Amino acid sequence: MLSYSVKRLLMLVPVLLGMTIIVFAIIHAIPGNPALTILGTKATPEAIHNLNQSLGLDQPLYVQYFTYLKNILSGHLGTSIQDNTSIASEIWPHLAATIELSFVAMVIAVVVGINAGIISAWKQNSVFDYAAMIIALIGVSMPIFWLGLLEQWAFSVKLNWLPSIGRTDIITTVQPITNLYLIDTLLEGQFAQFWMVVRHLILPAIALATIPTAIIARMTRSSMLEVLKSDYIRTAKAKGEHMFWIVYKYALKNAFIPILTVIGLQTGLLLGGAILTETIFGWPGIGLYVYNAIQYRDYPVIQSGILVISFIFVMVNFITDLLYGLFDPRIKYR
Amino acid sequence: MSETILEVKGLKTSFFTDDGEVPAVDGINFSVNEGEILGIVGESGCGKSVTSLSIMGLLPSPPGKIVGGQILYKGEDISHAKESRMRKLRGNDIAMIFQEPMTSLNPVFTIGEQLTEAIRLHNHLPKKELESRAEELLKMVGLPRARELLKEYPHELSGGMRQRVMIAIAMSCDPKVLIADEPTTALDVTIQAQILDLMAKLNRETHTAIILITHDLGVVAQVCKRVVVMYAGKVVEEGDVRDIFNHPSHPYTEGLIRSIPDLYSKKEKLYTIKGSVPKPGSIKQGCLFAPRCDYVMDKCWTNAPELVGDSHKSRCFLHQEQA
Repeated sequence: MLSYSVKRLLMLVPVLLGMTIIVFAIIHAIPGNPALTILGTKATPEAIHNLNQSLGLDQPLYVQYFTYLKNILSGHLGTSIQDNTSIASEIWPHLAATIELSFVAMVIAVVVGINAGIISAWKQNSVFDYAAMIIALIGVSMPIFWLGLLEQWAFSVKLNWLPSIGRTDIITTVQPITNLYLIDTLLEGQFAQFWMVVRHLILPAIALATIPTAIIARMTRSSMLEVLKSDYIRTAKAKGEHMFWIVYKYALKNAFIPILTVIGLQTGLLLGGAILTETIFGWPGIGLYVYNAIQYRDYPVIQSGILVISFIFVMVNFITDLLYGLFDPRIKYR
Repeated sequence: MSETILEVKGLKTSFFTDDGEVPAVDGINFSVNEGEILGIVGESGCGKSVTSLSIMGLLPSPPGKIVGGQILYKGEDISHAKESRMRKLRGNDIAMIFQEPMTSLNPVFTIGEQLTEAIRLHNHLPKKELESRAEELLKMVGLPRARELLKEYPHELSGGMRQRVMIAIAMSCDPKVLIADEPTTALDVTIQAQILDLMAKLNRETHTAIILITHDLGVVAQVCKRVVVMYAGKVVEEGDVRDIFNHPSHPYTEGLIRSIPDLYSKKEKLYTIKGSVPKPGSIKQGCLFAPRCDYVMDKCWTNAPELVGDSHKSRCFLHQEQA
C-alpha cells in the first residue's frame, strides 16, 4: 500500500507537468499582447517594448515556460495586473472559502444522497423510491443559478430566515487563522460568529449540494439494487441477520466502489471552483476570484487560478484511488 | 423411530406475475425426522428450490407467496411466522447452504467475519471464544490452515473450499435442520464426493437433520435414507432409497434412474425422458407427467392421480391398479 502510494505519487509528476504546459499554452494562445492590455491602447511602441522586456515576453517560448515553471515551483505565482497584489498570498483565503463551502456541500450530498439511494433500492418501487428518484431527476436537471435565485427569494427575501450573500455580515470581520471560518471562529471561542458563519453557509451549500446529491443518490440506488439481488445477501438473510444491517453493512460495502468514484469526481468539481454558486451568493472563493479576473483580463490570476484548480482535481482523484482498496480487498495495490 | 422435526403439509407456493398466479409448489407433503438425511429429487424447475426458500421464509416477495398449507417446525407452524421469529430460527435452528459457492460468500468481508456472524447473532460469545469456535468449525469441515483462513477473503479460496466454508457457516450454531440446495452441482466430481462425505459425517456426528435437494439421483443414493421425488410442483414418489431404486413405482422416477450413466453398460445411447418440465400452471387437467410418460393411458389425460401408499408412496394409476 505504502509503496503503491509512493509510486502513484511519482506518476503524478508527469500529469502535473502536462498540466502546467496546457495552462501555459492556453494563456499564450489568447490573441492580443499582454503589454498592450496592461498599458492600454494608447501606449507608445517604446513603452510596450520596455514592458515586454521586463516581463520577459521577448524571450523564446520555451525559455518563458521554464521561467514560469521555476516560479511556480518556488511558490511565485506572480502579481495581479488589477491591483498589484501577490497572487500567492491572495489565493489561499479564496481557496479556503471554496474548501469550506465544498466540504459542507459534500457532507450534505453524501449523507442525503447515499441514504436516499439506499432506501430507494431497499424499498424498490415504493412511493419513497419514486419520489426520491423524481426529485433526483429534477436535481440533476435544475440550473444551479436558478435554484440559487429561488433560494434567495424564498429564504432571504420572503421568509427572511437566512442571509442571502457573502461569507459573513458586512459589519463583522472574522480574525483569519486558517481562513476556514468555521474553524477560526471556534478557535477564538467566538460562538456567535460561528453561528453567523453557519447561517451564511446554508443557502449556498444547499445550492452547491443539489447536483452531487442527485448523482450520488442515483448511483447508490442502481449499485445497491444490483448488490441486493446477489447470492451473498441471501446467505446473510439465511443466517438470521436483520435486514437493516444487511443493507447498511453487507450490501453498502459491496456497492460502495462506484459511489466512491462519483463522490471523488464531484468533490473535484466542487473544489474546482463552483463559479456559478459563488457568483450568485457573493462567496469569495476561488471561483469568484477567477471570474473577476476574467472580467479584468487579469491573465496571471487566471493562470494561477486554473493551475490551482487543476492541481486540486488531480489530488482528489489520487486520494479516491487510494481509498478504493479500503472498501474492496480484491483491489490489490502493487 | 425418532421424532419428526420438520413437517411440510400441503404446502402451496405461488408466484404472482403479470400473467396471473403461477403455482410453483402445489400441495406437497413430506416430513424430516431428527438426525435423518432426506433427499428431494427432481429436474430443474420442479419446485425444489422454491420449497426450500419457503421453509426458510426467504422467498423473494413479491412475487413469491405461500398461499396454502403448513410448515411445522417442532410442531410450530412457521409458514406465516413473523419476520422477527424467522430471524431467530434462521441460522440457529434451520440453516441453509446454496448451489453457488462462488457467489454465496460476501466478497468484501473476511472468512472469519462471515463465519462468526451467525454465532454472534444467536449466541452471545465473548470475542476470544468466537475466534476459537470459528477455527474449530473450519477444522471440522476439513479445511487446513484454519487460523490463517479466518483472515482471508473468499476470492483467495477455491470453489470446494468455499463450499466447505459455507457448510461451516451453516453448522456454526448447531442447527436442527440443514437444507442443502444443490450443494455439489457447481463443483467438479472429486470435490462433489468429498462434500457429500463431509455432510454425511456431520450428520452422524451432530445429528443435524439434512434435507438434500438435488437433481442427481446418484447423489441421493450415496447419502440419503429416504427420498422424495418431485415433479412440476408435486411429490410423485416417496420412500426408502433402496425401494425406490429397485422398484420405482412412478414412470418419472424410473426415467430418472434409467438416465444415470452406467459404467459397465454397453449401450451406446443414454436414456432420456423426452420433453421438459411443463411450465407451472400450463397443464389444467390429468396427470402432469402424461405428455412425457412412456406408459400413458387414456385416463391419465383427464384424471389426476393421488399420492397413495404407506411407506412407499406414488402418484400413478399404473401402480395403483396393480396394487
